Amino acid sequence: MSSKESYLRIVHITKTFGTFVALNDVSLTVNEGELVCILGPSGCGKTTLLRIIAGLEEQNVGEIYQSGKDISRLPPRQRDFGIVFQSYALFPNLTAAENIAYGLENRRVPKEKIRARVAELLTLVGLPNSGPKFPSQLSGGEQQRIALARALAVSPGLLLLDEPLSALDARVRVALRLEIKRLQRHVGVTTIFVTHDQEEALVLADRIVVLNRGRIEQVGTPEEIYRSPATTFVADFVGLMNFLPGRAGDRPDRVYCDRLELRCADLHRLAPDTPVTLAIRPEDVRVSHIDPSAPNLVRGRVRETEFLGSFYRVTLTLDGVETARLIAEVSTNEIRDQSICPGMTLPVSLPPDLLRVYPEFARVSQ
Amino acid sequence: MNGSATSVLAAPSVVDSRLSRQRVHQRLGVEGLLIRLLITLFAVWLGAFLVLPLLQVLLRSLQSKTGEFVGLANYVAYFATPAISRALGNSLYVSIVSMVVTVGLALVYAYALVRTTMPGRGILRTLAMLPIFAPSLMQALAFIYIFGNNGIFTRLTGINIRLYGSTGIIMSEVFYAFPHVLIVLITAFSLADARLYEAAQALGASSRRIFFTVTLPSIRYGLISAAFVAFTLAITDFGAPKVVGGDYDVLATDIYNKVIGQQDFGMGATISVLLLIPAVLAFIIDRIVQRRQVAQVTASSTPLGPKRHGRVTQAVFFAYCLLIVGFILSVYGVVLVGAFAKNWPYDFSFTLKHFDFYSMGGYKVLWNSLQMATITALIGTILVFCSAYLVEKTKVWAQGRSVVYLLSIMPLAIPGTVLGLAYIFSFNDPRSPINFLYGTMGILVLSTIVHYYTVPYLTATTALKQIDPEFEAIGASLDAPFYRTFWRVTVPMALPAIISIAMYFFLNAMVTISAAVFLFVPGKELAALAVMLLDDSGESAQAMAMSSLIISIGLGARVVFYLLTRGIERRSQAWTRR
Repeated sequence: MSSKESYLRIVHITKTFGTFVALNDVSLTVNEGELVCILGPSGCGKTTLLRIIAGLEEQNVGEIYQSGKDISRLPPRQRDFGIVFQSYALFPNLTAAENIAYGLENRRVPKEKIRARVAELLTLVGLPNSGPKFPSQLSGGEQQRIALARALAVSPGLLLLDEPLSALDARVRVALRLEIKRLQRHVGVTTIFVTHDQEEALVLADRIVVLNRGRIEQVGTPEEIYRSPATTFVADFVGLMNFLPGRAGDRPDRVYCDRLELRCADLHRLAPDTPVTLAIRPEDVRVSHIDPSAPNLVRGRVRETEFLGSFYRVTLTLDGVETARLIAEVSTNEIRDQSICPGMTLPVSLPPDLLRVYPEFARVSQ
Repeated sequence: MNGSATSVLAAPSVVDSRLSRQRVHQRLGVEGLLIRLLITLFAVWLGAFLVLPLLQVLLRSLQSKTGEFVGLANYVAYFATPAISRALGNSLYVSIVSMVVTVGLALVYAYALVRTTMPGRGILRTLAMLPIFAPSLMQALAFIYIFGNNGIFTRLTGINIRLYGSTGIIMSEVFYAFPHVLIVLITAFSLADARLYEAAQALGASSRRIFFTVTLPSIRYGLISAAFVAFTLAITDFGAPKVVGGDYDVLATDIYNKVIGQQDFGMGATISVLLLIPAVLAFIIDRIVQRRQVAQVTASSTPLGPKRHGRVTQAVFFAYCLLIVGFILSVYGVVLVGAFAKNWPYDFSFTLKHFDFYSMGGYKVLWNSLQMATITALIGTILVFCSAYLVEKTKVWAQGRSVVYLLSIMPLAIPGTVLGLAYIFSFNDPRSPINFLYGTMGILVLSTIVHYYTVPYLTATTALKQIDPEFEAIGASLDAPFYRTFWRVTVPMALPAIISIAMYFFLNAMVTISAAVFLFVPGKELAALAVMLLDDSGESAQAMAMSSLIISIGLGARVVFYLLTRGIERRSQAWTRR
């Protein structure tokens, strides 16, 4: 995590639309130069939060501080931010260069300097020759680069990106997200990136904020979010996850799944037999190269295999577990080496340090 | 797994209900103040020139001739005198009949234009729009020349259709409303979702069944809107009943007769209120229906294009359209011949003598009209577009904006004669602070702008809605004041709409008489008024001549606007090309 000091502080923001609660007591600190992704399903309030930071919506309660200054009551124009929308929102009647120059002209920058700055930004986003073109003559990816350049032109203290890649083709999306990361590092601007795409968030973010139903579920680095999801929602939303119904054991490092007793490193402090949800990622379920003395070793039966190129997705049932199935991701090589096929039985290991225990009840259907 | 662990896990968001009433209000700043000021100005302007005058009418309807408060005595007197109250029934009768006939005729015509592949659809559409360019009393005059006691049809066939009275009024209203209704129905047909038809065909439905189960339901809102347009135009029209109504009284002419003929302002106001009621009712029904329609059109619907029908069917549609266009053209032909013939219908030799307008002081009226229409188009367009922008695109002061919105769509329900009378009450009072406007061109411009305010306002709103709503946010983030983004981005993008708004104001200002008939003073007559005055004084050939000049100016203006639009489109081609 960045050790720099905090740049943006969001304090107890609540926002309602009629009876609908878009944001419920959201607090968050963003450090200087950091890229924070706000991740969540549609309708979770992530765009609303971004718009409140920009001043495009008024919050019901709560304050926002930007570099120590209270900006909660400032209209958008008096705040210091650049913004990029999913729709690009380039002015269609102005050329790419005029779009980029738009903010500079408002600040009465001399013409010569504007020209130089526009050229610099066009080069920065990799479109040095597109200045005289109109937005309609550019591809979606190019338009979004120009939109980014326009937002950066006035050197804002804060860059707000509202699902900037969602309207683009998959290939362009992957290329442009790397570009954005590179640009953000280069310019060093504090950035908030709103997305519903967990992969995007994992690749881009210094820290991810997972938002659900107007509440923050978890804040952490991409590794923390992926490795130790704080709630079943985060576990389910980010990456793939197996959920198994379980009960707490009589020791903190013991849980039951149906008739199976398992060890877990994720210690619980629950009374025995309290319902829990066990979770393990498909790539953490081992079916080969297993040490026979390893803990949590179970006999499993292969039900289905699904070919996905570099790996197979294998559906398993476990001895002693009638209530759930388990999915394992197994590399194509291992499948070949062990000639795994539907119907065969094999040892399955659920490493205790990768097994997570959630005290809530999770409804899992497969 | 795979996101199927549903989010029942998350705690339901419950917020103290007091919080939802709370709001952190942003500081206004100079810009916020400016926007509020502008919204206030628009509300005050519409309040002063629309609401207050109408209140005056309401107030005067409760007063006697001498200005004492008499309660509902005027209304009692109105309904107690069958000779007067007959007009209410007459008005409703001619309006409903013309509504049914117009919508029926236009429905088939619109279907033929949008759905069939018959030849000449473009030109048939253009020619059907011709009646928009003429004052409503022109076709009434032309009908007299054709079907009147001495009309050419009557003389040739010996059949007298007894034009004067309801027949003539209905014919004129149908002719007058046809293009307006046609526009609404063409839009309705074009919006229909092709996928529904494909589904119906795939299920093997007959074309008759498709028409009743898919076509009619999908255009029902358009039909209601069209009916509203036809009804309102007919019940509020003043020109046609004035010329061809004979002793068949309707509300719109009754107001005029009471006020101008008998100087009975109280009774004039009473009849105005009675005329307002059906107009306002129709308006409210239409608004409710319109709101529903928005939900019906989804982004994913596929527009339905023309489709080849059976040869006989297409031929029937084509013949039908030719018949209607032929009728429209012959009416215009009669106006032209009437304007240039020495003595219709006895002597058809060519003359220009009807064009000297000696009794009207020559061409001054035409010049007045041109001047009035130009100023109206200019000021009206600016006012309409700026107010629509403030309501649609600014974010501050929702209450203020909804007041301006409401006041902006109100004029659609206000008959021109009522507005004219209302302006007399407001302006012709020496104590009124705006009295100085009385008898000037200014009052004519004002009344015309207010009278025709709603349609351009809705046009502007639609155009603004199509512009990316984030432009204002982008502008603010780049430190641009709202008026700069307005001028550099919004106006250029909405230019085609702005031009069509200006054209709408101009054309209507050229042909309007209903409000102006109360407001002109000698020396400030307008051309369309002159048509009425000339007809009144028996100079119907000169009235025809004047009408043909008005139509020429309208068509000329249309060409100018067309070229302007073309020019703009060419200039903006660079940024609209995909």
